[in-house]
Amino acid sequence: MSRATVRTLLLFVVLAVTAFSLPAFLSDFRAQQFSYVGIYLVALIGMNILTGYTGQISLGHGAFMAIGGYTTAILMADHGVKDIVTIPLAIIVAGVAGVLFGLPAARLSGLYLALATFAIAVATPAVIKKFEGFTGGGSGVNLFGTPELTASLTPVRIIGFELNFNNWLYYLSWTVALIGYVIAWLILRGRTGRAFRAVRDSETAAVSSGISLTRTKVLAFGISAAYAGAAGALFAIATTFVNPDTFPVALSIFLLVGVVVSGLGSLTGLIVGAVFIQFMPLWAQSVSKSPGAPAVVYGVILILLILALPGGAAGLIARFSQLTRRDRNFPKP
Amino acid sequence: MSALLELHDVEARYGPVQALRGVSLEVPEGSVVAVLGANGAGKTTTLRAVSGTVKRSGEILFAGKPLRGGPEAVAKAGIAHVPEGRGTFTDLSVVENLRLGAYTRRDRSVKADIERMSGYFPWIRDRGEQRGGTLSGGEQQMLALARALMGRPRLLMLDEPSLGLAPLIVREIFRIVRELNEKEGLTVLVVEQDARIALDSAATAYVLEVGKVAISGASAELRDDEAVRRSYLGY
Amino acid sequence: MAAFFQQVVSGLASGGVYGSLALAIVLIHRATGVINFAQGEMATFSTYIAWTLTTNHGFSYWPAFAVTLLVSFVGGVGIHQAVIRPVERGPQIRVVIITIGLLLLLNGLMTWIWSGEVRAVPSPFPSGTIDVGGVAISVQDIGTIAVCLVSVAVLWAFFQFTKVGLALRAAAVNPAEARLVGVRVPWMLGLGWGLAAVLGAIAGLLTAPSVFLDPNMMQAVLIYAFAAAVLGGIDSPVGAVVGGLMLGVGLNLLGVYIDFVGADLRLPAALLVILVVLLVRPAGLFGKPQVKKV
Repeated sequence: MSRATVRTLLLFVVLAVTAFSLPAFLSDFRAQQFSYVGIYLVALIGMNILTGYTGQISLGHGAFMAIGGYTTAILMADHGVKDIVTIPLAIIVAGVAGVLFGLPAARLSGLYLALATFAIAVATPAVIKKFEGFTGGGSGVNLFGTPELTASLTPVRIIGFELNFNNWLYYLSWTVALIGYVIAWLILRGRTGRAFRAVRDSETAAVSSGISLTRTKVLAFGISAAYAGAAGALFAIATTFVNPDTFPVALSIFLLVGVVVSGLGSLTGLIVGAVFIQFMPLWAQSVSKSPGAPAVVYGVILILLILALPGGAAGLIARFSQLTRRDRNFPKP
Repeated sequence: MSALLELHDVEARYGPVQALRGVSLEVPEGSVVAVLGANGAGKTTTLRAVSGTVKRSGEILFAGKPLRGGPEAVAKAGIAHVPEGRGTFTDLSVVENLRLGAYTRRDRSVKADIERMSGYFPWIRDRGEQRGGTLSGGEQQMLALARALMGRPRLLMLDEPSLGLAPLIVREIFRIVRELNEKEGLTVLVVEQDARIALDSAATAYVLEVGKVAISGASAELRDDEAVRRSYLGY
Repeated sequence: MAAFFQQVVSGLASGGVYGSLALAIVLIHRATGVINFAQGEMATFSTYIAWTLTTNHGFSYWPAFAVTLLVSFVGGVGIHQAVIRPVERGPQIRVVIITIGLLLLLNGLMTWIWSGEVRAVPSPFPSGTIDVGGVAISVQDIGTIAVCLVSVAVLWAFFQFTKVGLALRAAAVNPAEARLVGVRVPWMLGLGWGLAAVLGAIAGLLTAPSVFLDPNMMQAVLIYAFAAAVLGGIDSPVGAVVGGLMLGVGLNLLGVYIDFVGADLRLPAALLVILVVLLVRPAGLFGKPQVKKV
């Protein structure tokens, strides 16, 4: 195994151990917050595949989260499906939607893709409200009526451990996140990953190497949508309630922000991105009580990041490690 | 005649590639000077160094004063640069192209000057509203020349005016350049691949090779020296 | 028949607003190659300024209008010089993200300064209708159409007949050659942003009286403006205006005559327009088809 692989493996193990032992040290409330970090991480892993590796800008992935979230909510509330079982289904539904959207979207590039996906994000609440019979319209779908399908009333028993709702949510989210991380890593280091990067770096070169642009882009959309769907499903389980405002335009934008903050193209910074999405609004709120504060902070940080740091958080980490590494061939004077 | 333009040891690079390795030349006021050489010798870069389109080091004096700044400042100082490929404003009309040539001027005779250009290029009068992009190559070159003249420059820099044009049209363009030089005393620095026609119009010439001046002198001498012609000028 | 005519007129009025904002978007795209996602929020911000002037500082409408346009112009130039100019020559994604950052920043700022409360903005036009051939047409609609036409005409005259307008047009399409004739290209681009901000302010001020002012007021209008710009051709000013008018009338008629669409699916309909145009004829109605070699 190459050094890079060993490093990634070690990082992953450290991450997994930290994630699983964290609740022991955190209050219930904090644990719940970190559940959301896990949820955002799932979505960001998918976004990273689409934007970081394949170079396609999406301002509309909140819509795929909505698809996943509503799938879960409807299955649980109307059809009595257990929460964890809905997740694979939400993934499939969102993934298919991603592929369907990816087919026409593959022909758009850069700004036009951003424009089209932005329009989707803005239009999605209206579409959700319209199909009331299915989605419960403006009042949405709530899961309070089915506590037995999650751990909210009756704790879940796993290998002899009893988990209350918050802990159940936490471990569920992080398990999905870690599994998703591994799957993404496997996808990206193979031929598919190389195809993604080829499309990002130069479409003309990719085509002359025999890579099908459409297939690659559609695949990237499908996969990223599937991840967003999983995140949306977890989100619905967490909030026990979905309505058109659960997945607003801002969410789609924050997902893009998270991927940019994490440093496009690198898996390591994604945790930073997810933490950023979850905790930044809270930090902003402590600066000013106004509900507008988080958006202002997001905006300022986003702008400063782009102006100052082309590589995002992961770029910063990479540069830092370069500075502190000792080069064996040229000893320090 | 004093030198209107002087270059002393000018260097320029495009990223890691050194294009000019210390070029020195002089353009006396009221004369036509040619810069010749093969592809990649640094001819275009020399003009770009003067107009500030490329970063350069070394000294450039215009009318005895150091020339600094980017293209906007250079245009204001009175140097008109007609770039390789003419640089026509394709979406704008012929008249609009000409008006832009006079951008740095603050006087009121711009309209009169457009009339003057029609004197040199009669077709301008009839086709003033035509879009620049729809003109033929030769017409675009003439338009570029006219546009440069609209600025009433002291120095006109032409980058490969013969590029892509039929010999008849090239001869006509150089005839006009010579006329402008003789009648109006316009100083001209012309970069050319077609050494023959350039030497017919220029009083002195510099031949560049890999970013340096290889040989220079009066055009007549360079033209008559068979060895020079064969090794440097390709004919 | 009367109802149809009324819908057309009110469609032209809303279309005029879409066209104005679309023109702002096209202006910036032509000049700097950027799609300004913050155009809507900039317009809303301008509207808040006008509101503050009339409500808290005792300005009457038209002086407030004028001051707002001036402030918007300066703001537009300032934004370009501060955050766009450093990145406008690099990869597109960086500029897109900056405009998105601006979107968030401005939206949050408006909530911060003025709270999310809905505000009423006065209209310069009297309410009520006038009789045109037996049909009652709202004065507000006519006034809106008039203001849009006048601003578009003034802008057109600026570009066609002034030296600066010509320089801006040159800088937008051939920046390198424009520099050679002495045009200070970065300032021209800033000017473009300033003018776009003014157009946005006009669009915002015309929208507010009917939908009321809150930080999210222009989000939907932005989508309609995008649809209009795409329909008309993202680099065509004529296209932006025509596209806006077509979209305004089209959406109105669609909403009235096809129940399913109604008022609820106007946004998704606009989204559909964007997708269909980008897929079938990306250059739009008035744009020039670009050959992409792959």
